[in-house]
Amino acid sequence: MKDFVFHRPSTVAEAVAMLKARDDGKFLAGGQSLLPVLKLELAEPTDVISLAGVPGLRDIRVDGDRVIIGASCTHDQVARSAEVKAHLPALAALAHHIGDAQVRNRGTIGGSVAHADPAADYPAALIALGATIKTDRRTIAADDFFTGLFATALERDELIVAVHFPKATRAAYAKFAHRASKYAVVGVMVAETAAGVRVAVTGAAGVVFRVPAMEAALSKAFSASSLDGITVATDDLNSDSEASAEYRAHLIGVMAKRAVQACA
Amino acid sequence: MPKLTLRVNRQTHTIDCSASTLLVEALREQLRLTGTHVGCDTSQCGACTVHVDGASVKSCTMLAVEAEGAEITTIEGLADGDKLHPMQAAFQEHHGLQCGFCTPGMVMSAVDLCKRVKAPSEPEVRTWLEGNLCRCTGYHNIVKAVMAGADGMNGGKP
Ligand SMILES: Cc1cc2nc3c(=O)[nH]c(=O)nc-3n(C[C@H](O)[C@H](O)[C@H](O)COP(=O)(O)OP(=O)(O)OC[C@H]3O[C@@H](n4cnc5c(N)ncnc54)[C@H](O)[C@@H]3O)c2cc1C
Ligand code: FES
Ligand code: FES
Repeated sequence: MKDFVFHRPSTVAEAVAMLKARDDGKFLAGGQSLLPVLKLELAEPTDVISLAGVPGLRDIRVDGDRVIIGASCTHDQVARSAEVKAHLPALAALAHHIGDAQVRNRGTIGGSVAHADPAADYPAALIALGATIKTDRRTIAADDFFTGLFATALERDELIVAVHFPKATRAAYAKFAHRASKYAVVGVMVAETAAGVRVAVTGAAGVVFRVPAMEAALSKAFSASSLDGITVATDDLNSDSEASAEYRAHLIGVMAKRAVQACA
Repeated sequence: MPKLTLRVNRQTHTIDCSASTLLVEALREQLRLTGTHVGCDTSQCGACTVHVDGASVKSCTMLAVEAEGAEITTIEGLADGDKLHPMQAAFQEHHGLQCGFCTPGMVMSAVDLCKRVKAPSEPEVRTWLEGNLCRCTGYHNIVKAVMAGADGMNGGKP
């Protein structure tokens, strides 16, 4: 790993100013994606700016019809939060099945969302629930946030502060996990909120996507059998040693049905 | 080179260490605490698991500078003098190891679990140990050892 200068800002404004002032700086949250990237020298930042000392990013609170999760909340914290379990149990369960215990003790929601790994779990929840991403300068709808493979709408020096999730009347996430890493080979979140029913798929393609045909069918009749016969085209799906595009297309149907059944 | 102060196994150490030094490198190469192992260096195997403020983390996936100000416990810090920690004793008693390479990480991970869950079920133990790989045992005796270790740590009470 190339050496760098390590910074410990103590406010959001200071963290953003530090990154802005450097051509090649990186924020560091839980390090569970960034450190593997640095070890492989896929990135060689001159400066690493730790968010650990920035206050206010670790809070989880309920505000009216929304659950607000600070960017630096670990997966373990979300999985065990009484507020999340009470108002969005599907999200707590999703967090509980990310990676392994050690990864959940360090990895954060802000880091996961910013990294936009195509096989990450949280993007499915953000899209299915219609979440919004609050940054140091603006609010971005999840629909506009994930723009491609490891790509987001964030500006170079933009910091995620929190993710706002609308409460759901029902929601569930079903994942076919990679055997070693637990990343999603295919993960499907089905959610019904005030805005309607949504079905979001992660792990299957370069970026999280919705399945409008499934959403329409579930809006008419919310049951697994409503999904019978609905298929997803294989053109844009990933093919790798874990699963072919055809197998992933099949898994999307199976995981979507499991998620609907788990909604109960 | 920047100076770094680390609290490890209830002792304070000041070391010279570059910002990009991993916690596991500081522990093994500078403090010579070689009980913490490196099996993969790619965040998969859990052999490098230590506690940072009581929570199990992969020390190959954390910078040493990030651990400044925290209480770090390694496998060397578990025993009370000559008296093994109940989880270590359970691994010995139930043959929870063969070559022993994964064992420090397994034990540290298991202690974190059994502090949170007093009497974990077998599925809970297996799920919790997903981040710890063993190439020898087939896991059965490790799971047995962790359940016995939970009894030892928590007096067998839920
Ligand atoms: C063995 C292993 C298994 C895993 N399994 C899974 C899995 O099953 N499912 C899953 O979803 N993930 C999995 N992960 C990834 C894990 O969830 C990471 O925690 C997550 O992807 C990144 O979060 P982090 O806090 O560690 O971020 P970091 O690694 O610190 O940062 C990641 C990126 O986000 C940027 N960043 C961090 N915080 C912010 C912020 N607040 N604002 C703007 N940019 C920011 C950083 O600059 C960096 O580019 C796994 C990781 C490992 C090592
Ligand atoms: S050496 Fe750290 S996870 Fe394998
Ligand atoms: S005992 Fe040999 S790797 Fe686990």
